[in-house]
Amino acid sequence: MAMAASEIEALIKAALPDARVTVEDLAGDGDHYAATVVSEQFRGISRVKQHQIVYAALRGRMGGELHALALQTAAP
Amino acid sequence: MADTVFDRIKGNVESNDVFLYMKGTPMFPQCGFSARVVQILSHVGVPFQSANVLEDMELREGIKQFSNWPTIPQLYVKGEFVGGCDIITEMFQSGELETMLSEKGVATKAQA
Repeated sequence: MAMAASEIEALIKAALPDARVTVEDLAGDGDHYAATVVSEQFRGISRVKQHQIVYAALRGRMGGELHALALQTAAP
Repeated sequence: MADTVFDRIKGNVESNDVFLYMKGTPMFPQCGFSARVVQILSHVGVPFQSANVLEDMELREGIKQFSNWPTIPQLYVKGEFVGGCDIITEMFQSGELETMLSEKGVATKAQA
């Protein structure tokens, strides 16, 4: 099972409407992605919490369908 | 029962300054992300204990619920979840990892 970059982006944007999201397929197998997410909602919260927000947006696919997601998050 | 695995985890992270849940062992990591964190910890020269989640399915799932973090590896310093491979790599590159370790009173090679 793999995921499309567009699906990842859509899920993140559904949870973070203001976010600027870039998703890059690292291995061409739909399983290993790198993503950057910039959102006002990340301002003032720890990196761990920022990443947890993105993982929650992916509704449980992280670690299952989606094996690897190299994540970079930031506030604008 | 879930709480026994949580008790085990609490025991691990609270009785070891630096504890890494990983796939494989520091000598034989079985996942690129786990291997990278081991390399970073060795480079920084901080002693650490680890657990191989591939040998313990209950631990492998329990740790994800314990930290609300869906992937392995997971690094704990002084009982606190610090992050997975991405965050540890980012902190190492910015020097934040060594700063955080010294702030928490964990000796690294530089200070040893």
